[in-house]
Amino acid sequence: MSVAMTDLMHSIPFAWPELVLAGYALIAVLIGAWNGDRAFGLLSFLGVVALVAAGALAIVHQPSSAVRIFQNEMTVDGLAVFAKALVAFSSAATLILGADHFSQTGEKRFEYPVLIALSVLGMFVMVSARDLIALYVGVELQSLAAYVLAAWRRDDARSSEAGLKYFVLSAIASGLLLYGSSFVYGFTGAISFDGIAAAIAQGPGVGVIFGLVLMLCAIGFKMSAAPFHMWTPDVYEGAPTPVTAFFAAAPKVAAVALMARVLYEPFGAMTAQWQQVVVALSMISMLLGSFAALLQTNIKRLMAYSSIANMGFALMGLAAGRGDGASAALLYLAMYLPANIGIFALILAMRRGGQAVESIDDLSGLAQRRPWMAALFTVLLFSIAGIPPLVGFWGKLVVFRAAVESGWVSLAIVGAIAAVVAGAYYLRILSAIWFKPAGAALAPATGAVMLTASAAALLTFPILVFGLGALQHWAEAAVRGF
Amino acid sequence: MIQMMQGWPLLSIVTLLPTAGALLILAARAMLPGENVGFDRGVKLLTLMVTIATFVVSLVAFAAFDFHKPDFQLVENISWAFGSAYHLGVDGLSMSLILLTTFITPLCILASWSIDKQVTSYMILFLVLETLMIGVFCAMDILLFYVFFEGGLIPMFILIGVWGGQRRVYAAFKFFLYTLLGSLLMLVAIVAMIIISGTTSIPDLLRFHFDPQVQIWLWLAFFASFAVKLPMWPVHTWLPDAHVEAPTAASVVLAGILLKMGGYGFLRFSLPMFPDASHYFTPLVFSLSVIAIVYASLVAFRQLDMKKLIAYSSVAHMGFVTLGMFSGNEQGIQGAIFQMLSHGVISGALFLCVGVVYDRMHTREIAFYGGLVNRMPVYAAIFLLFTLGNVGLPGTSGFVGEILTMTGSFQINAWYTAVAASGVIFSAVYALTLYRKVSYGTIQNPKLATIADLDAREWATFIPLIVATLVMGIAPSYVLDFTRASAEAISNAYVGVAP
Repeated sequence: MSVAMTDLMHSIPFAWPELVLAGYALIAVLIGAWNGDRAFGLLSFLGVVALVAAGALAIVHQPSSAVRIFQNEMTVDGLAVFAKALVAFSSAATLILGADHFSQTGEKRFEYPVLIALSVLGMFVMVSARDLIALYVGVELQSLAAYVLAAWRRDDARSSEAGLKYFVLSAIASGLLLYGSSFVYGFTGAISFDGIAAAIAQGPGVGVIFGLVLMLCAIGFKMSAAPFHMWTPDVYEGAPTPVTAFFAAAPKVAAVALMARVLYEPFGAMTAQWQQVVVALSMISMLLGSFAALLQTNIKRLMAYSSIANMGFALMGLAAGRGDGASAALLYLAMYLPANIGIFALILAMRRGGQAVESIDDLSGLAQRRPWMAALFTVLLFSIAGIPPLVGFWGKLVVFRAAVESGWVSLAIVGAIAAVVAGAYYLRILSAIWFKPAGAALAPATGAVMLTASAAALLTFPILVFGLGALQHWAEAAVRGF
Repeated sequence: MIQMMQGWPLLSIVTLLPTAGALLILAARAMLPGENVGFDRGVKLLTLMVTIATFVVSLVAFAAFDFHKPDFQLVENISWAFGSAYHLGVDGLSMSLILLTTFITPLCILASWSIDKQVTSYMILFLVLETLMIGVFCAMDILLFYVFFEGGLIPMFILIGVWGGQRRVYAAFKFFLYTLLGSLLMLVAIVAMIIISGTTSIPDLLRFHFDPQVQIWLWLAFFASFAVKLPMWPVHTWLPDAHVEAPTAASVVLAGILLKMGGYGFLRFSLPMFPDASHYFTPLVFSLSVIAIVYASLVAFRQLDMKKLIAYSSVAHMGFVTLGMFSGNEQGIQGAIFQMLSHGVISGALFLCVGVVYDRMHTREIAFYGGLVNRMPVYAAIFLLFTLGNVGLPGTSGFVGEILTMTGSFQINAWYTAVAASGVIFSAVYALTLYRKVSYGTIQNPKLATIADLDAREWATFIPLIVATLVMGIAPSYVLDFTRASAEAISNAYVGVAP
């Protein structure tokens, strides 16, 4: 057998999650082409199965130490597996929500689950990438599927606008990524992360720093960290809500994991150079996300700014440096996602007379009209605001701790102030729910929505809180490879 | 029976029993959907029974507690994540505050009988709030303490915002955000403490010596949280709003228990863990305390709203608490603890007194009332008792707290104490003026012509409070003996490093 063949045989067992997703996407397209939109329900169901299977396979086949596959193009290690599990399970949840929602609105187009699966495949490649080419391919696969999803309602002006805006701005970011990569390649002569790291160990040049900063900008754009956040509110508002829920969950995990890998592996020797950039991104994101959200009346826009602020907190973990910092960022995301998905599930349930409503005032008096929905909203919002004993608090604690431990007390204090401001706008939603006189009642939530939101609420308290020890153990094991 | 229960996790039972009750109500709600009066009544009764059961269990814990020992007892310790643990324990200080909590809460439920809006949510929130309040006092892990300390904001925010008065939304936001900012600064300090000392256990932290330079910063961060909670001048402004707008029972809990968390925090963390910084900042705390006593008393005198007047009098009384505890000697600390317990009972009772007439007339305006003694003699007598307690008349519990704190602070600085003593006179001025305007004279307002005296439920609410006020006033040694060992321990930790 040739060397390439041996490598392939060695690689395939570790690539099962990716292969399942790719296989699903190809077969689903065929089924869809044959049966048309009648296959929507079946394909969505299979999509959920494929996503869960991919996540489970990633966990089951986790190697005890990092394994290089496909001729060092990709790696399977703790970080990749952790991120893949989060991405897969959160995407499965949002796919369930989307299938339920589009069945109700009659927009059953079979491409939806396929595009989600392709986007997730891109994220899997992103978090496993070990060279600049794989990195770029992963980012692009994820993004291209996302552009189409954003413009899903093609006859709706807002949705089309969201898709176009996302595409144009994101293309610029991709350009920056390529441009930065070419600098790095030009000055180090390597595209593999090992090669770059080896070249940097000789002493980083100005060109490499230039390239790194460009790459950081691009990744910051993909994770919607300020000041590269401008697309986020418009896209979140314009895209159909299930798509927004998807955008707010999985791609964030992938982008943070990718940033962790880029910062710690190829550029680990340049910590002094990138740390200030990441600290600045973190501070600006937290403050801007928190203050700008204060003035929003549309709940989806508000959640967009909330996600910007939350990325700031995740970046606080990354800024703390390898080891504790990376595990803090991962833990933060793991504790942020359930509340986020749950809130979007409830936003999906904001329907009245067959129309979706999106303003905070539409929630007025929910506590009287739909006490269960109100209770779920309350738990999830307090969790995302970081109030103990809910799990969101522990996420904040972990990143604060990482920041203080690495000597960035000022970063932690900025985070504390941002968290108070953020508290104010989550309270605004709660104030509408509990304190305002009851308006017209919302339509009853569907079973899928209530189930997802209840599961999310149970995760925020008590499951993840009581399972905190196990989660912490897993996240710390995940970053041990660095 | 107490022997039999020795091995039980008594503190966990006290802490979690109210939440178990809340889950029970939740389950009942899920099984019996739809609003109806009978269900609401059942929920109220169930809540009352759960809170009384909690009080009984806390009495059992009290009986199992040996107050001659200064160390933490009834300890439960289960490890958790991030090096922290589910670690409970009590000393005399925390045991007395737990008893205060479990004592006040059933009375609050009785006082909430007139609630008719979203009763299920109200009672669930109240029970959760009780769990969190008890947890604050028995947490022996600093992260667990923070979880309980800050978690209490959630139910309180909703209680004020939904069942409060006219400006309730404003008051709820102000309460929440004010407290949150202080708490988050404390959280950063807690994280720093954990990293420096490598432990989250409060007993271990009490033995750890922080560098004096670091202590200054940690002290300030903790001060930001506890000073807001207590509250001290000038960060007291959330209190009058929250008190005035909150429903009666929430005001009682706020004045009776939540404020004590600030005092408890000073005694548990600031004084013994950062003794050098506490010495350094004593002049600051003394000044703020004295300003609080005089300023809040003067402001209270000018209030037109009964609840607001009592709220400002709380600020003044809390000034005595900080004055006593930062004198650092045993009298001062004993006095501070006593004053907290006494204020918990008396101010709670005063808010209930306001609640009685508010339930009937739906206004708290002082000018609306007058001559109540003609129609409500029993009410007037009870109101008088608590007013005198608030003034600090010998024989009531208010006197003991004030005299002890001043004895303590006199040993440190006579001038501050002299100014603080003037506050005792001021308190007589505003409290008696309030009483005169509300109770004496003839009934001028025709709407009061049919106002009824206390009913059986209100009697039941007041009697325990009357007994507590008088017993603590006539025989304070019961309480003082009980808290002496922990007061000595705190005082030793503090005086030991005197510069």
